[in-house]
Amino acid sequence: MMRASHTITKDLITQHNLTDDEYKKIVEILGREPNLTELGMFSVMWSEHCSYKSSRVHLKKLPTTGPRVVQGPGENAGAVDIGDGLCVVFKMESHNHPSFIEPYQGAATGVGGILRDIFTMGARPIALLDSLRFGELETAKNRHLMKGVVAGIAGYGNCMGVPTVGGEIAFNDIYSLNPVVNVLCLGIARKDKIFRGTAAGVGNPVIYFGSKTGRDGIHGATMASDSFDDESEQKRPTVQVGDPFTEKLLLEACLELMANDLLVGIQDMGAAGLTSSSCEMASRAGNGIELDLTFVPRRESGMTPYELMLSESQERMLMVAKAGKEGECIRICKKWDLDVAVVGCVTSDGMLRVKDQGKVVAEIPAKSLADDGPRYERPYSPPAYQDMLTGLNYDAIPDVKDAESALLSLLASPTIASKHWVYEQYDHMVRTNTMVRPGSDAAVMRIKGTNKAVAMTVDCNSRYCLLHPYEGTRLAVAEAARNLVCSGAEPIGVTDCLNFGNPERPDIMWQFVLAIEGMKDACEHFSVPIVSGNVSFYNETNGLSIYPTPMLGMVGLIEEADCTMTQWFKQAGDAILLLGKTREDLGGSEYLKVIHHREQGSPPLLDLEIEHRLHRFILKVIHEGLVRSAHDCSDGGLAVALTECCVSSPGDGVGAMIRLALDGLRCDALLFGESQSRVVLSVKADTAEQVLNRAWDAGIPATRIGTVGGDRLVIEVQGDERSTGCIVDVEIRTLRDRWTNAIEKALRTA
Amino acid sequence: MKIGVVVFPGSNCDHDCEHVFRNVLGQYVEMIWHKETLLKGLDAIVLPGGFSYGDYLRTGAIARFSPVMGAVKEFAKSGGMVIGICNGFQILLEAGLLPGVMLRNESLNFICKDVYVKVENAATAFTGSCESGQVLKIPIAHADGNYYTDPVTLAAMQANAQVVLRYCTPEGKVTPESNPNGSLDNIAGIINPEGNVLGMMPHPERCSEKMLGNEDGRVIFLSMLDVLKNASLKSNFVKA
Repeated sequence: MMRASHTITKDLITQHNLTDDEYKKIVEILGREPNLTELGMFSVMWSEHCSYKSSRVHLKKLPTTGPRVVQGPGENAGAVDIGDGLCVVFKMESHNHPSFIEPYQGAATGVGGILRDIFTMGARPIALLDSLRFGELETAKNRHLMKGVVAGIAGYGNCMGVPTVGGEIAFNDIYSLNPVVNVLCLGIARKDKIFRGTAAGVGNPVIYFGSKTGRDGIHGATMASDSFDDESEQKRPTVQVGDPFTEKLLLEACLELMANDLLVGIQDMGAAGLTSSSCEMASRAGNGIELDLTFVPRRESGMTPYELMLSESQERMLMVAKAGKEGECIRICKKWDLDVAVVGCVTSDGMLRVKDQGKVVAEIPAKSLADDGPRYERPYSPPAYQDMLTGLNYDAIPDVKDAESALLSLLASPTIASKHWVYEQYDHMVRTNTMVRPGSDAAVMRIKGTNKAVAMTVDCNSRYCLLHPYEGTRLAVAEAARNLVCSGAEPIGVTDCLNFGNPERPDIMWQFVLAIEGMKDACEHFSVPIVSGNVSFYNETNGLSIYPTPMLGMVGLIEEADCTMTQWFKQAGDAILLLGKTREDLGGSEYLKVIHHREQGSPPLLDLEIEHRLHRFILKVIHEGLVRSAHDCSDGGLAVALTECCVSSPGDGVGAMIRLALDGLRCDALLFGESQSRVVLSVKADTAEQVLNRAWDAGIPATRIGTVGGDRLVIEVQGDERSTGCIVDVEIRTLRDRWTNAIEKALRTA
Repeated sequence: MKIGVVVFPGSNCDHDCEHVFRNVLGQYVEMIWHKETLLKGLDAIVLPGGFSYGDYLRTGAIARFSPVMGAVKEFAKSGGMVIGICNGFQILLEAGLLPGVMLRNESLNFICKDVYVKVENAATAFTGSCESGQVLKIPIAHADGNYYTDPVTLAAMQANAQVVLRYCTPEGKVTPESNPNGSLDNIAGIINPEGNVLGMMPHPERCSEKMLGNEDGRVIFLSMLDVLKNASLKSNFVKA
C-alpha cells in the first residue's frame, strides 16, 4: 500500500491547478489520498492542455471520417490516403505560451514537438508551415518576439533538414502579450506501415530513448492551461530547451527501428513527458505499464520521482518493443548516439505503476489518468460588446479619395506585405521536393516516386472570427480550400489549431462553440475531414484575450504534379479574368483597419455552394491546361490581389492594365473590399472567351478585367463620377519595393 | 560510376545528393556512414550539406574528426574527386583540404534563396561542361557562408585560378550587392591546387531537375561524370 510522504494540502491542490471536485474524483479513483507524485501526474494529465476538458464535448461534432481517412483524431497525428500505397500524416500544434516567455526556445521546441508527432507515426516529415500572430511592429517588445520566434523556427527546422515551406503571419496589438505560434508538419508514410502509440502485448519491454531527462519544462502543460499576468515571464524555467541535432538523430533512429519490424507501439514524450506517453499507450491497449525510474537516463542527480514523471525535457521517446527485440532496438539507438534503456514492461492489470529503487512511488489506473479526466460543458453566451463590433455605419466612412496611396499603404501593412524576410531564414528547399516555394497561395511538394504532389496552406482571418466566430471560421475553411484549388490541388484533409482565451468565461466559450459549428458546416460542405488538431485555451493576459484564432491547416492532392499552378502573371498579352461577384464587403477588412483604423462590421458574406462551385470550376480549367495563373482574393481585396499577381513572381514581375466597372458599388469596396469566392485568373488571350463562357455555364459570374503587360499596374474604374476614371497608375518597381521591404523596414525601426 | 555520399550525424542533404546521382543521373550511389574507415571502389566522394554534429562548436569543426575523414583525405591525396557542398565545404575547410574559414553571414541570419554565381574557371573537373564566365542560378541555404582567408592565400588562389565560383548579378557582374553573405572576393566556390577537391556553398543538387523549376546545378555533376568517364577509359585512373 502506498503511503503519502507529503501531506496534500489545499494550497498544494490549488498550486496544481486542480479544483476541489477534481481532487475528490482523484481520491475516488485511487480509493485513497494521492501522494505528491500522483498529484503531479493527475494535474498534468487532467490539465486543459492534455485532457481537452473544456473542448472535448464540442470537438466531437466535427466531421472526422471519409473514404481517404486512414487515421483520424486521437493518435499522435492524422493520416490521409493519397494512393500509390502512401498516405500523408499531418497535424498542427500551438506553442503560444512558451513563445511569449522565451521566443527562441518556445518556437523551436514547438517545431520539435510537432516533428516528433509526425515521425512517431512512421512518416518522414517533408514539410513545415507556421502560422504566427504578433502585436504591431511599432513596439520593441513585439519586434523582439517576432525576431526570436522566426529565429527559433529556423534554428530547429533548418537543422532537422525539414523544409519550412509556407505559413501566414498577421499583426494586431491584441497579440502583444499573447503571440500565437502554430506549427504544422506533414510527413509521408506507407499506408500499411503506420505506427501507433499502443502498449499491446503483456510482457513486452518498454524502452526509453533519446535525450536524458532533466528538470526543464516541469509543469509546461499546466502553464499552458493558465492565463498570464505580469509575473508570467518569471515562468521561464517551465520552457523547455530544444536540441535539434539530437532530434535529427532521433528521427533517423525511429525510421530505422520502424523499418526493421521491431516495434509494437511508440509515442513521443511531449507535454507531461513520461507520464502521458506511458499512461496513454497503456490506456489505448487496455493494458498497464510498470516503469522503474531507476533506469531512466538523467541529466542531473538527485531528481525525485515527481520531477522525472513530470519533466518535459525534449527529444525523448518511449517505445514498446516486441519481446526479444530489445537488443536490436538498443543497437540501433546506440548507432545514432542516443541514450537508451529498458525502463519497464507491459502488464495486464491496467495500472501505471512507477517504481524507484525498488519502491512503488505511484500507482494509478492508466485509463483513469489518460481518459477519465473531467469533461466540462462550460456555459457560453455572446459578449455584450458583440453588437457594437458588427454594427458599422458606412455613411460615416467617406469613400476612398486617393486609391493609389491607399493601395501603397495596404501593401506596406505587414499583414499584407511580402514575408520574404521571414521565409528566407527558413530552409524551404532541403529534401528537393519544393515545387512551389513560399509566397504563392499554397506550398506544393512533389512526392518522389510518384507523379503526385501535395499542396498545403494555413489560414485564418482572426478579425473575421472576432466579428462573427461562426462566419469567420467558415471563411477560414473556404479560404484554405480556395488557396489549394488555386494551386491545382483537391482538398483532402484538415488539421486545426484552435487558439482562444479563457474557456471559463462564457463569452470566450461562445466564440469557441460557434467556431466549431462554422468549421463543421464548411468542412462537411466541402467533404474535407478533420483528422487531427489541437486546442490552445487561456491565451489571455491580465484579463485581455486574443481574437478567436481557429487556425486551419488544409492539405490538397495534385494527382498530376504537372498541373501545379502559381499565383503570379506569366506572360504579357495574357487575358486577366475575375471570377466571382464583388459586393460591398468592407466589414472587417484590412482596408478599414489600415486606412480608417476600424476593426468593425460584419465579415464578408459566404455562400458555401457558390464557393464550392468555384472550386470545382477552377480545378477543371487548371487540369485542362487553360490557366496560366490563379490567385485568390483575400486580405486587401482585388487591388492587392492584382498587385500580388504582378509582383510576387520569382523574376522581376510584370505589369497589367485593368478596367473595372463600378456597378453602383463604393469605389473602396470595389478595390479593397474582401468579397469571398473570387479568384483572379490569367489565361492565354485566345482562350479567354471560352473560359468566360464556361464559367457562366457553371453558374459563376466572370468578367475579363484586363491584360497582362508593361511595367506599370494601371487600374481604371468606369462609372466613377468623382474622377477621370484612372485610379491607380504605378510602376511595378514601386509596388514591388513597397511590398517587399515593408517588414524589414518595420523591424529596423529603432 | 560509383559515387560515395558521406553521412555524418546531422547531414541532411545526403538524400538529395543521392537522389540526383542515382535517380536523375543514373549512377550507382553508396551511402557511407561516418564511422567507416575503409573506402573501396569509389569514383568520387560527396560531402553533403546539413548540420553535421548540429553545427555545435563551429560548422564542420567536429565532423572533421569523424573516422571517415581519414579515408576521405587519403582518397583526395591520391587524386580522387571530392566535392563538398555547403556543410560539406565547411568540413573541407576545417579538415584542411581547402584553405580558409567560414564566418557567420554578414546579416547574421540564415539565408535561403536563389543566387547567381559566375563560373570563373571552366577548366576544372567540376566545371568542365560550363562555358567560361557562364552564370548559374543556384540556391544557397546557410548561416555561415561568409568565406575568409588571409591576403597571401587569396592572392595565391587567384593567381592559380582556384576561385571557381563567385557570386554575381544575373548578368554576371561581380558586385557587392550580389554578394549574399559578405564572402571575401564574392567567393562561392574554390578548388585545391591539384584540382580534385571542390568546395561550394550553393546547392547544385537542389536545381538539377526541370520539375523543381531550375536545372542549372546539373552541369556541375555532369562535368564530374564527364571527367570520370574519360578517366576510366585510361586504366591508370585512381580508385579508392
